Amino acid sequence: MGSEVSGVDGMSDFLLELRSEEIPARMQERARADLEKLFSAELDKAGLKAGAVTTYATPRRLALIARGLPDATEAVSEELKGPPEGAPDAAIDGFCRKAGVARDQLEVRDVKGRATYFAVFDKPGRATADVLAEAVPAVVHAFPWPKSMRWGEASLSTESLRWVRPLQGIVALFGGDVVPCEVAGIASGATTVGHRFHHPQPITIGSADDYVEKLRMAHVIVDGAERRATIALGAKMAAQKAGLTLIEDEGLLYENAGLTEWPVPLLGRFDEAFLQVPPEVIQLTARVNQKYFVCQSSPERGGGPSEGRGRGASPNAASGGTPPPSGADAPATSPGRGGLANAFICVANIDAEDGGEKILAGNRKVLAARLSDAKFFYDTDLKTKLKDWRPKLEKIVFHEKLGTVADKVERVAKLARWLVESDIVTPAKAGVAGESAGQEPQAMPASAGMTKEALADLAESAARLCKADLVTGMVGEFPELQGLMGGYYALAQGEDPRVAEAIRDHYKPVGQGDDVPTAPVTVAVSLADKLDTIYNFFEVGEAPTGSKDPFALRRQALAVISLLVANNISTKLRSALFQSGQERFNQVMDQAVANRPELNKFLVEGLRGERVGDDWIARLKAALNTDVGPAQLTLADNGMTEVVSAFKMQDHWPKLARRLLAFFADRLKVQQREAGVRHDLIDAVFALGGEDDLVRLLARVKALQAFMETPDGANLLAGYKRAANILKKENVIPAEAGIVGDEGEPESRAMPASAGMTGAALSYTPEPAEAGLIAALDAAEPRAQAAVAAEDFEGAMAALATLRAPIDAFFESVTVNDSDADKRSSRLALLARMRAAVHNVADFSRIEG
Amino acid sequence: MRAAIDPMPPMRQSGQRFHTVFCDREPNRTVAETAPSFQRMILTLHDYWSARGCVILQPYDMEMGAGTFHPATTLRALGPEPWNAAFVQPCRRPTDGRYGENPNRLQHYYQYQVILKPSPSDLQDLYLGSLAAIGIDFTRHDIRFVEDDWESPTLGAWGLGWEVWCDGMEVTQFTYFQQMGGFDCKPVAGELTYGLERLAMYVQNVDNVYDLAFNDSGVSYGDVFLENERQMSTWNFEVADTERLFDLFRKATAECENCLNAGLPIAAYEQAIKASHTFNLLQARGVISVAERQAYMGRVRDLAKGSCQAFIAKKTPEWEAKFPGWTV
Repeated sequence: MGSEVSGVDGMSDFLLELRSEEIPARMQERARADLEKLFSAELDKAGLKAGAVTTYATPRRLALIARGLPDATEAVSEELKGPPEGAPDAAIDGFCRKAGVARDQLEVRDVKGRATYFAVFDKPGRATADVLAEAVPAVVHAFPWPKSMRWGEASLSTESLRWVRPLQGIVALFGGDVVPCEVAGIASGATTVGHRFHHPQPITIGSADDYVEKLRMAHVIVDGAERRATIALGAKMAAQKAGLTLIEDEGLLYENAGLTEWPVPLLGRFDEAFLQVPPEVIQLTARVNQKYFVCQSSPERGGGPSEGRGRGASPNAASGGTPPPSGADAPATSPGRGGLANAFICVANIDAEDGGEKILAGNRKVLAARLSDAKFFYDTDLKTKLKDWRPKLEKIVFHEKLGTVADKVERVAKLARWLVESDIVTPAKAGVAGESAGQEPQAMPASAGMTKEALADLAESAARLCKADLVTGMVGEFPELQGLMGGYYALAQGEDPRVAEAIRDHYKPVGQGDDVPTAPVTVAVSLADKLDTIYNFFEVGEAPTGSKDPFALRRQALAVISLLVANNISTKLRSALFQSGQERFNQVMDQAVANRPELNKFLVEGLRGERVGDDWIARLKAALNTDVGPAQLTLADNGMTEVVSAFKMQDHWPKLARRLLAFFADRLKVQQREAGVRHDLIDAVFALGGEDDLVRLLARVKALQAFMETPDGANLLAGYKRAANILKKENVIPAEAGIVGDEGEPESRAMPASAGMTGAALSYTPEPAEAGLIAALDAAEPRAQAAVAAEDFEGAMAALATLRAPIDAFFESVTVNDSDADKRSSRLALLARMRAAVHNVADFSRIEG
Repeated sequence: MRAAIDPMPPMRQSGQRFHTVFCDREPNRTVAETAPSFQRMILTLHDYWSARGCVILQPYDMEMGAGTFHPATTLRALGPEPWNAAFVQPCRRPTDGRYGENPNRLQHYYQYQVILKPSPSDLQDLYLGSLAAIGIDFTRHDIRFVEDDWESPTLGAWGLGWEVWCDGMEVTQFTYFQQMGGFDCKPVAGELTYGLERLAMYVQNVDNVYDLAFNDSGVSYGDVFLENERQMSTWNFEVADTERLFDLFRKATAECENCLNAGLPIAAYEQAIKASHTFNLLQARGVISVAERQAYMGRVRDLAKGSCQAFIAKKTPEWEAKFPGWTV
C-alpha cells in the first residue's frame, strides 16, 4: 500500500485529521477555511505548493487532504548583504554574528563599484515530511477558534493548548507514512475512530486515498456537503411519503449536518390541537429549540384523495403514535394558518435498530412540551387586551434620553395621524397628494371607500397597539415574533383587520428584499414608527458613525425610502421629519406641564396645538423672555432640563434637518445603486439640492438615466463638458447649489446664472451658430423649467435634447476666445447660460463619461 | 502533584468496560422491565461514580438555585488540588413553581452533579457510561452533544461544553469550567449536571413528573412532593413576607462581609448562597423592579466573587507548597 500511494514521480498526498470532542456546528465551516489557510501558509513558508487542498469538518473531526506534494523542497541559496570591504572590524564582526557565519566564509562582491561582504547560505532541500511535522503543531497552535478552552491535567498551567473542545487525536499521513509530530501530548498516528456509537473502535487509515471511504465504512460521512445533501433528500422524501411538502431551510441543513456524522432524518407527528397556535410560532419553536424541519400540507396535491395521504403518512408517522386523521388537512384551509402540517422532521445521528421508533417518541414528547409552553403563552397572552399592556410599556425604557416605550407609542400614534391628516398617506392610495403627472395611481384594495378621518383613526389606533406585544409572554420567549404576535392577538381580540395588519407589518420592510407594506394604515404606522426613531436618535446624538449603527438607523432610513417609493408617496421629507421632532417637543412640554402646571401659562399657552410656523421658536422664546428666561429654567428640576433641551432641539433644527436629509440621500444612493441606477446620475441630481421629495428625485434620476442612454444625451454631455471646461479655464464659476447629497456641506441657495444674457443684449451681430444657440436656449430654457416644475422630467430632458445640435454647431464654427473682448465675454456668458440651463435639470459635471 | 489522590486507574478501566456496555447490548430488553425508579437511578449513579473514585456527598443543607452553587463545585473548582465528587443537590427556583399543576415545572427539583478535576481525558465516555448504567440504549436512542456555553455572572464563572440531548431532550449540562469567581481554573474541572426528574421521566416513559415511580414499592414522585409544590408555590408567590425577605437579604450580605473580615471564606460563601436565594424569592414575589434587579444581582455577585477571592487567598500558600510552580 505504502509504495502505491507514495507518488511515482516523487509526489505524495498528505492527510491530516484533528479529532476532538464535539465542535459546535456553527463553527465548522469557518474552521475548514481556517485550516486550509493556515496549512497553505505553512507550505508557502517552506516553498511548497499542493496540487489541490480539500478540507472536511464533522462534529468530531477537522480534516485536510493536500494532493501532489513533492517529497522534498527544492534547495535554495540565500544571501545577506553586509558592510563594505574596509569597514571597521567591529561592524564586520557584528555582521558575522548576526548572520551566524565565520569571517572567512564571507564572500566579497561588487555592489555599484564597491566591494561588499556577503554571507551566503545554501539551504539544501528538506524532506517534505519534516516540513509537515513542523506544520501540524504550528497550525494547531495558531488556530483562530472564535472561542477556545483548556482542559485536562495540562490545564494546571494557563499556557496549555487551547482548542475549541478537548483535542483527542491526530492522524498525519504523508503518502502511507505517519508524519511524526506531537501536540499537547498527543502523538500523531494513523489511527482514528469511527462513529461514536456505530463504530467506536479504532480504525487505521492507509493514506489520504482511503480516508473518506474507511470512515464511511465506520458510519462517518466526513464531507459536510454530502451530509447536507443526505439530510435534504431524506427530509424531502420523508415529507413526500407522508403526503406533505418539506419547508426547506438552509440554516437548519447546516446546523443538523454539523451535529451529525451519520444523519438520519425522521418524520414524526405532533398533536393537531397545537395547530391552533400560529404557524410561525410552531415553526420557530421547532427550529430554534429543537432544530427540526416542519412541513406544509402539499398544495400541489390539494385535489388528491385524503386517504392517499393517510397511507403515505404511515411508515414513519405511524410510529409517532398519532396517526394523522383526515382532519390533518384542516390547517391548510383555515385562513392565516399557512397550511402548516402537524409534522416535524428531526435528524438523528444514528441508524436506530428499531427504525427510529424510540427516537421519534422521545422527540415528539419534547416538542409537545415545547408547544404546550407556546400554547400556554398564546392562550395567556390572549386574555389581556393589547391596550391593557400599556402599564408594562411604561416601565420599559426605550432609550434613556427618549423616555419609555409608552412615550414612543404616544408619539408614533400622533405622527401616524398627522401623516394621514396632512395627506401624505391617503386612503385611496398610499401616496401622491393632489395631482401628479404621469403616475398611475396605485390601487389600495383594503382601503376602498375609506375616508381620511377613518384612516386617521385606524392609523392612530394601530400605532397605539403596535408595541404592546413586546411585553407579552410569547414575544418575551421569541423576540423575533414581535409584530406578528401583536397582529394575531389584535385579530383574535376583534380589532379591525386593517389595524391587525398594521400591527403585524409595521416593522416592515426589514432589509432589502423584504415585502414593503402598501396598505394605508400599515404605511402610516410604519412610516411614523421609523421617522420617530430616526429623527429622535439623531436628535439625542445617536446618529450612526462609520461602521457603528447600534440602533440600525441606516436600515430604518432605507425602509422609509422603500415605503415612500413603493407607495409613490410624494412628500416633503423635511416637514415629515420636522413633525417627528415636533411630536417629541410636544410630549416633553406636556410632561413638563403635567409636573409643573404653572409652566403652562408662559411656556405653552398660545403656542400649543398650533402647527408650526418658522417663527415659532422665536415666538416661544419671546414668550419665555417676558416671563422667565431659559437660564432660570435649568435650575429647577429634571423636567425642566428636558424642556430646555427641547428648546435647544428647536434651535438646532436647521442644522439637524440638513444632516438628516443628507443621511437619507446617502441611503437613497445606496439603495438605488443596488437597484442598478448609476450613482453618478444620482449625484448629478442630488447636487442641485433643495429637493427633499425622494419620489420626485428618483423620477428625475430615472429620466436622466434614460436620456443619457440616447445619442442626444451623450452628445449634449460632450457639449456641456466642453463648455464647462472653457468656463473653468476662464474661471467662470457656476452658482453653487445647496447640496443634499453630501453630509456636512453648507446649504446655500442657487443663484440665477448670469442674469440678462439673452440675444437682445448683444452689442454685435452674432454668427449664425451663435444666434442658433441663443434661440435654442430661449426656447429650451422655459420649456425645461416648466417641465421640471410640472415634475415632467422626460419633458425636461426632451427640452435639453433640443440644445444638442445648436451646441455642436456652435463649437463647430464659433470661436469663443475671440480677440474682441465684447464677443469673448458674451460668448462665455452664453456658455454659462447653457450650463445653467442644463443645471436646471441636473448637475452634468457629476456625470461620468 | 504525584502525591495527590489519583482517581485515574478505575476511570480508565471504565472506559474499556463502557464500550462493551453499548456494543454488546442485551437482546429484547424493554424499558418497562428495567426502567429504574427515581431513587434507583440515583443509587445507580452513586454506584457508578463511586466506582470511579468520586467522593459521594450528601446534598448541601442550604437552599440554592443550582448544583453549581454547592461549595463542592464552586470552591473546589478553585486551586490545583484534584477533586472528584458526585452528589444530589435539591434546587429551588421559586419563579418556576406552578402549584403542582404543570407536568414539567417545579420550584423544587433535583440535580445530580459530578465534578472531576482535572477533567479526565475520557470524560465523555465516562458520562455515556453513566447513561448506559441507568438504562439508556445507544442503539435505539439518539445522543447528541449540542453546543452550550455556560456563564454565571453571579459566580463570575464561565465554561465551554454542551447540553447533551437524548432524542431531542436536554438531559445533562456538560461543562469544562474555565473560570470561577473571576479566576482561571488551573486545572480545568469537568462538571456534569443531570436533570434527574427529566431523565427519570424519560427512562420511565411518563409524561407527568408527579407520575414518576419514586421507588419500586408504589410510591410516586407526586406522593412525595405534590403537596410540597402546592404549598411552596403559594408561599413563594403570595405569602412570603417581603419586608422580612428584604431584611434577610440585608442581613445575609452584612453577615457575608462579617465572615470575610474574619477570614472565613467558606462561611462567607454560605451567606452569599443565602443572599442569592433570598433574591430569588423576592423576584418571585415580584417586588424587585427591572431597574433594581441589576443592582441586586451585582450585590450577590460581589459576595460570591469576594468569597472565592478570599478562599483563594487563604489557600494559596498551601497550594503553592503542594504544587510547586503553581500560581494563582
